[in-house]
Amino acid sequence: MKKNNLLVKLNNAGVFREEKWLVKGVSLEINKKEIVTLIGPNGSGKTTTGKIVLNIIEPDEGTVKINTSRVAYVPQKINIDWAIPLRVIDFMNMTSKLNKFEIRNCLQLTGVDHLTYKNLLNLSGGEFQRVMIARAIAKNPELLILDEPVQGVDFNGEIKLYNLIKEISDKLECGILLISHDIHFVMSSTDHVICLNGHVCCSGTPQDVAKNPAYIELFGETAASAISLYRHDHNHTHNQDGSISK
Amino acid sequence: MILDDFFTRALLAGIGMAIVAGPLGCFVIWRRLAYFGDTLAHSGLLGVTIGFILNIDLSLSVFVISGIIALLLIVLQKKTKLAGDALLGLLAHSSLAIGLVFIAILTTIRFDLMGLLLGDILSVTTNDIIIIWLGGSLILLVLFYIWKSLFAATVSYDLAKAEGMNPDVSNYIFTVILAGIIAISIKMIGVLLITGLLLIPPAMSRNFSTSPIQMMFFSIIGGILSVVIGLFCSLELNTPSGPSIIVASLMLFIISLFFKKGMTIVQKSKI
Repeated sequence: MKKNNLLVKLNNAGVFREEKWLVKGVSLEINKKEIVTLIGPNGSGKTTTGKIVLNIIEPDEGTVKINTSRVAYVPQKINIDWAIPLRVIDFMNMTSKLNKFEIRNCLQLTGVDHLTYKNLLNLSGGEFQRVMIARAIAKNPELLILDEPVQGVDFNGEIKLYNLIKEISDKLECGILLISHDIHFVMSSTDHVICLNGHVCCSGTPQDVAKNPAYIELFGETAASAISLYRHDHNHTHNQDGSISK
Repeated sequence: MILDDFFTRALLAGIGMAIVAGPLGCFVIWRRLAYFGDTLAHSGLLGVTIGFILNIDLSLSVFVISGIIALLLIVLQKKTKLAGDALLGLLAHSSLAIGLVFIAILTTIRFDLMGLLLGDILSVTTNDIIIIWLGGSLILLVLFYIWKSLFAATVSYDLAKAEGMNPDVSNYIFTVILAGIIAISIKMIGVLLITGLLLIPPAMSRNFSTSPIQMMFFSIIGGILSVVIGLFCSLELNTPSGPSIIVASLMLFIISLFFKKGMTIVQKSKI
């Protein structure tokens, strides 16, 4: 792997808040043209890990190295105060400088160009999510971080958006960190899967991870059968809060 | 000379104040800083007394004290787990109290306490007008410079931070210019009413704005109208000028509510 392709490198990163490690010992690399996925149950530290990669949270342990300044982020949730009159077009331009044509183009990609002059508050959850993805694409990023990007999007749209994400990574040659629950997409289209539960449970190519007993325990047999499975002994079990009991 | 007329001076000072207060007030509303503005204003009283004691320019001392209180707040927020509004109350009332205690001790200086609390726009000097227009231009210039990053940080801190907009820096700068407008307008409108001038015109403006820039623009118009109407009423009815301006802005706000209702009805009838 060529060195100049490396966009982000996390080495043994951990975040400690309110007398508890939110995540600990996370190491990962994201390269250009690569889709890395984080999977894991609620509260397993996926979003926190994303925020370390984004430089929003500084890790209390370990190191982060970010090699790019062209970053775009689709956060899991954003609450916009009613007091801010914010139209889609203003939102698209919020952290970048785009002309109307570019904005329309990107909104068209996610199928929401008819909403250009609508107030963000009047959008449905799915429409909002599409606008968020369009905004991220419009930034022409080198590194794109998507936190549950298709939540609230209808079934057909979901498949289209996932295909679009795949396309973007090829077209823009950017690295993508995807936080997703969608096992099928994760298994079919990503290059590297990291299974998180307060720490890295297992990681590797989708095929490897699907066979890993830690993964099977976290997600159940149905999810695992998406590819194939055979059991191994596994070296640790989790308590309810995600901590490890040997 | 035209500036010899006290009423013209009041109009000039008030309009200058309104032009700066509009855009800043929008951010105060968007960022839910209403009580923060109040705290800075309350600390202004302490700033004035300290200015008297050290015999320095009052706008300068108010600016410095408000700035210190704002920084203190940021430090306290990190040190204690007390909720933000409780901390603000603590700072607002203790600085107000210290200011009042100082005033009582300073028996040698005659103090117009009512003037400090409610402001006295009719007594502004040409010098005050220069401070308002120069200081105000500087504040707007800074705001223009940090506008993009401040606005992004207002909508979503995480997005702004992730996408390289330096939200922390713009947040600090915003705090400083907020202290700035309080410093230049405390003499005109007083400790108790400054936040009203910051908040009410943008609140009115929100009712018929569809974009952030529009909301700022209408806030400025609303602020100027409030100053003009308030001052004329105060002249005609012999009411105190500061409160009259705020009452005028409240009237505009109430009218804007009907306007909004009318717009909704028009929209519905189209469908």
